[in-house]
Amino acid sequence: MRRALLACIALGLMSGPIGVLLVMRRLSLAGDAISHAVLPGAAIAYMIAGMSLPALGLGAFVSATIVALLSGAVSQYTSQKEDASLAAFYIMALALGVALISMQGTSVDLMHLLFGSVLAVDDGGLLLVVSVTTLSLITLAMIWRPLLMAGFDPSFLAQYGRLGRLSSLIFMLLVVLAFVASFQTLGTLMAVGLLMLPATAARFWAKDIVALCLIASLFAAISGVTGLLVSFYVHIPSGPAIVLVAGALYALSLLVGARESLLVTLHRSTRHKLS
Amino acid sequence: MPNTIIRPDVSIELQDVTLAYRGHPAVHHISGVFEPGSLTALIGPNGAGKSTLLRAMARQARPIQGQVNYRGLVSTQSGAIAYLPQIAGLNPDFALRVIDVVAMGAWQTIGAMGSISQAIIEKLQSALQQVGLTNFEARRVDELSVGQLQRVLFARLIVQDAPVILLDEPFNALDATTVRDLLKIIHAWHAQGRLVVAVLHDLNAVKQHFPQTLLMARELIAWGDTAQVVSSQALDEAEHASLAWQDAAPWCYQPDQHGGVSSHKHDHKKDPKYDPKNGSTQDHSHHAH
Repeated sequence: MRRALLACIALGLMSGPIGVLLVMRRLSLAGDAISHAVLPGAAIAYMIAGMSLPALGLGAFVSATIVALLSGAVSQYTSQKEDASLAAFYIMALALGVALISMQGTSVDLMHLLFGSVLAVDDGGLLLVVSVTTLSLITLAMIWRPLLMAGFDPSFLAQYGRLGRLSSLIFMLLVVLAFVASFQTLGTLMAVGLLMLPATAARFWAKDIVALCLIASLFAAISGVTGLLVSFYVHIPSGPAIVLVAGALYALSLLVGARESLLVTLHRSTRHKLS
Repeated sequence: MPNTIIRPDVSIELQDVTLAYRGHPAVHHISGVFEPGSLTALIGPNGAGKSTLLRAMARQARPIQGQVNYRGLVSTQSGAIAYLPQIAGLNPDFALRVIDVVAMGAWQTIGAMGSISQAIIEKLQSALQQVGLTNFEARRVDELSVGQLQRVLFARLIVQDAPVILLDEPFNALDATTVRDLLKIIHAWHAQGRLVVAVLHDLNAVKQHFPQTLLMARELIAWGDTAQVVSSQALDEAEHASLAWQDAAPWCYQPDQHGGVSSHKHDHKKDPKYDPKNGSTQDHSHHAH
C-alpha cells in the first residue's frame, strides 16, 4: 500500500506538466491514441512472458512509440483530418489488444491491464514509475524553452535549425513514457484520465504556464492518493477510482474555479478599475 | 536600436522559384534579385502566393523547382534571416510573458538552457522601449491587443538583429499610430543596411515608404522601382490574373537545372510580363498551350 501511494504521487508529479503541454498543444486526441496503443504491445509481451512488468513495459513502449510516430506522420503528411485518423488508430489498437489478451489470458488479467491494479505494484514497478518520473521531469526541463517557443510560434525555431522539431519529438516520447509508467497503476483505458483531467481543471485556476503545471501536478497527486484509498476500501479497480477523483476535481473547478468557471461567469462583477 | 551591424553585402536571388500545393502552383517560375540593403514591398491579390514566396525565402518551405540563393551569407549561418509570420499563425494559448517572447530573439546567445545575463536583459528592455512598450515585461501575451502583440514581435526582431528581415503582413488589422511607429522601425533597419521584404496590402503605405516593389499574381507581374510597378496597368493585370485552380489543367513541363522536368499543373493562360529592368531570360515557350 505504501509503495502504491508513492507510485501515485510520482505519477501525479509527472502527469501535471506533460498533461498541461499536451492540452495546450491541442494534442489531447493524440494522447488518447497513444494511451490505447499501449495495450497491444503489452498484450504481445504478456503472451510471450506472462505478467512480467519489464516485459509488459517494453512491449507497451514499443507499440506506443510506433503509434506516436504514426500519428505525427499523419498530421504532417496527409490532408486527412487528424482527429479522424487518430480515432481510427486508437480503436484499432484497443480491439487488437483485447483480442490478443482474450486468446490466451483470463478475464482477470484483461481487467488488470485495462483498468489497473495499483495494489499489485511491487518494488520493480515502483522503481519503474519513480525513475521514469525523474527522467521525464529532467528531460522536460531541458527542452522547456524550445517547447514553449514552438508552441507559441511554430515557425520561429525553424529559423535556427531542427531543434524545435526535435524537442517536439522528444516531448511525444515523454508522453509515451508517461503512459508506460502509468498503465500498471491506472490501466491502459484510464491512463489518459490522469493526464487530461488535472490539466484541464488547472485552466480554471490559472493562466500562467508554470502555475498551470504546478496546479495540475497537485490535482493529479491528490487524485492518485485519494483514488487509491477509495479503491482499497470500496474494492473497485484503482484506475477508475483515481480517474473519478480527478473528474470530481475537474467538476469542482468547472463550477467554482477562479477563472472562467460557471460561478465567475454567472456572477460577473460590475466593479472595474479606472484604467 | 543597435546601429553597429551594417551588412550591405547580403542579397537574395530567386532562381526560377516554383512552389505548389498538391500539384497546383502557388508561386510559378519567379526569378530576380533582392539587392543588398533594399527595402521591398511584396504585393498582389489574395491567393497570389506572396506568403508562400516569403516562406520559401525564410527557408520555411522548399521550392519544388528552382531555388532561393543567399549571397553574402555562409550557407550554414543560422539566424541570419529573421522571419515574422502572420499574427494569425501564433497560438496565444501559450500565455508567455512579453519579456519571454522578446527573449526568443536572443535564442542564439542563450539557447535552451543558457542563463540570461544582465546585458541581455538590458537589450530586451531597450527593444521594448523602442517599440513603445516600456514596463510591459511581465504582461502576458494573451492580454495584449493585436497592435501591442505586433509591437512585441517587432521587439523580438530588433533583438534578433538579423541582416535579412522578412515580414508577412506586418500591418494587418493595426491602427494608424501603430503602423506609423512600426514603419519608423522598418526605416531604421533600412538605414542600417539590412535587407527588408514585407508582404503588404496598403498601396498608400507601399508608395510612401517602400522604394522597391515586387508585384505578383502567382507569376511575377512586375518588379522594380515602386513608382513604376504600382502603375494602374500592372495592378490591373494582377487583379485579373486567374488564381483559381483548374483540375483539368495540363502539367507544366519545363526542364529544371538537373535535366528533369517539373511536375505541377499549369492553369494560367498567358505569359507573365516581366519588368524590363529585371528582364528574365527564362524560356517560356512552353506556355503556348
